[in-house]
Amino acid sequence: MIEVKDLHKAFGSVHAVNGVSFTARDGEITGLLGPNGAGKTTTLRMLYTLMTPDSGQVLVDGIDAASDALAVRRLLGVLPDARGLYKRLTARENIDYFARLHGVPEDQLVARREALIGALEMEDIAARRTEGFSQGQRVKTAIARALIHDPRNVILDEPTNGLDVMATRAMRRFMHKLKDEGRCVLFSSHIMQEVAALCDRIVVIAHGRVVADESPDALRAQTGEANLEDAFVKIIGSDEGLAA
Amino acid sequence: MRPVIAVFIKEVRENLRDRRTLINALITGPLLGPVMFIMLMNIMVNRELQKADQPLTVPVIGAELAPHLIEALKASGIVPKPGIAEPEMAIREQSADVVLRIAPSYGEAWNRGQAVQVEVIFDSSRRDASTPVARVRSVIEGYGRREGAMRLVARGLSPTTAWPVQVADRDQATSQSRSALMFSFLPYFFVLTVFLGGMYLAIDLTAGERERQSLEPLFANPVPRWKILAGKLLAICTFSTVSLLLSIAAFSTAGFFIPTDKLGIALDLGPRFAGYVLLLMLPLVVLLAALQSLVAAFAKSYREAQTYLSILMIIPVLPSAMLAVLPIKAQTWMYAVPLLGQNLGIVQVLRGDAMTMAQLGLCLAGGFGAAAVAVLVTAYLYRSERLAISG
Repeated sequence: MIEVKDLHKAFGSVHAVNGVSFTARDGEITGLLGPNGAGKTTTLRMLYTLMTPDSGQVLVDGIDAASDALAVRRLLGVLPDARGLYKRLTARENIDYFARLHGVPEDQLVARREALIGALEMEDIAARRTEGFSQGQRVKTAIARALIHDPRNVILDEPTNGLDVMATRAMRRFMHKLKDEGRCVLFSSHIMQEVAALCDRIVVIAHGRVVADESPDALRAQTGEANLEDAFVKIIGSDEGLAA
Repeated sequence: MRPVIAVFIKEVRENLRDRRTLINALITGPLLGPVMFIMLMNIMVNRELQKADQPLTVPVIGAELAPHLIEALKASGIVPKPGIAEPEMAIREQSADVVLRIAPSYGEAWNRGQAVQVEVIFDSSRRDASTPVARVRSVIEGYGRREGAMRLVARGLSPTTAWPVQVADRDQATSQSRSALMFSFLPYFFVLTVFLGGMYLAIDLTAGERERQSLEPLFANPVPRWKILAGKLLAICTFSTVSLLLSIAAFSTAGFFIPTDKLGIALDLGPRFAGYVLLLMLPLVVLLAALQSLVAAFAKSYREAQTYLSILMIIPVLPSAMLAVLPIKAQTWMYAVPLLGQNLGIVQVLRGDAMTMAQLGLCLAGGFGAAAVAVLVTAYLYRSERLAISG
């Protein structure tokens, strides 16, 4: 479970995140929805302790990120905005590297890695160097790498960004699988259909603030719009940067 | 410790697959120094040898006035050439290294037993002319002394009357120390090797990781950043140490390619020298790894880091250049200055002298001290929030 309480983060005079609070529960998929530049990535970066909030609190399974960043990172599986694979290493070697950094015992490493490779349907590319991978292959490798330590909480920053239809569908199936395993899945997106199709709960962020925190149905009811996209536009008060 | 090793192994494996890093660490870095060294030495040696052995042709103005002097010149391998109209111009245009002009009054004055003048026209700012000038001058002076001595004897005086003080040269230079003078730039080659060996890894460490956006996922792992840094520094040091070892091995064969025996000098590039160089360079391996990482951490991209590092590469030249130009006497404190200490130490060992324990200790302490500071500063910088953000 990930709890976020009144996060603030400013870069100079720009208040990227200005009082964000929400809770992502276990066994649910929580979608962080917002237009480009709304503060989604900055919020997520504070969750996985890459950035320190100016004020506010992040709790992962009850552990405060400010007091024990390493413990929090251990509980998280993170697919950052920057996928950043090592292109001179094979997909397997990329995964193994992060497994060792996470301290996955050597005797469990191979079994876990191969299970993830199977689940992500990436057997055909596992032995290849990641140089020249397609966007989808890169995301798969990065996700396998992020989940190798079997984390209870999974943070995915724009996981379907740049993926084709087939890859997007596979990604959704995989996220449902994570949810069914009882994990807490938090992902960000600026794409409506995706959020609608996946989420148990939608947190809408605009201008660094949470403007709505509801289930998709409640969101529709609240705004009086049958169409989720219209509801979204109504909530953020403009149609800037919105990709349908 | 396990994450440090994991980072180390990954970096080594990844960089072993990179041709650019490999060429730099295993070929360019280690071989650049020895090859340049051997080439330079051969050019120098051959030039010196040619100058000393070959007959020297010198234009002489007024040769017919001084037949005995001309005979003396010929006997010493200096071949007189007919005089030229404008000797000063010839020197300026470098068409002659040295020109002799015998005063028109020479014959008359000589016969009367008076002092005569022989002008040696040359340009002291032309270094390659200094050997012929010295040769011509010494022959003429020798001739003058000999004739003077004969005149004194003819008058029943001992030649020592005219030269009461005799200068006797007692050159204490050993053959090693003569060669060391020429080799004062050798330590720089070792520094260069260490620098090139680790350079691409150091760039990859921060600028490279940031450019391919892998720093953010890396830092999401539950590993303190200093451990990641430690693993990476270890990998840089390993590569640069391998470069250094290869370079030392290559240098140990340099003696075979340089005609040192013709110069009457000996080179001590054996195991003792290799051991000293390795020991003296170890602090620099760590220091340079940290400095390179530090500088590369400021760069936003791979290319920017390369630019910064090329500038950093110039700094190690300074002690070598300084010692070559300013013949300063080594003070004890100088051994504690990184780079300068290595320079002094390596040249000293090359001369065949041993280093005292104090010098060696200062050299290592100064080097490792500076390395520790550089590592700490780098570690501090590595904690920065900005560092991880790629875009």
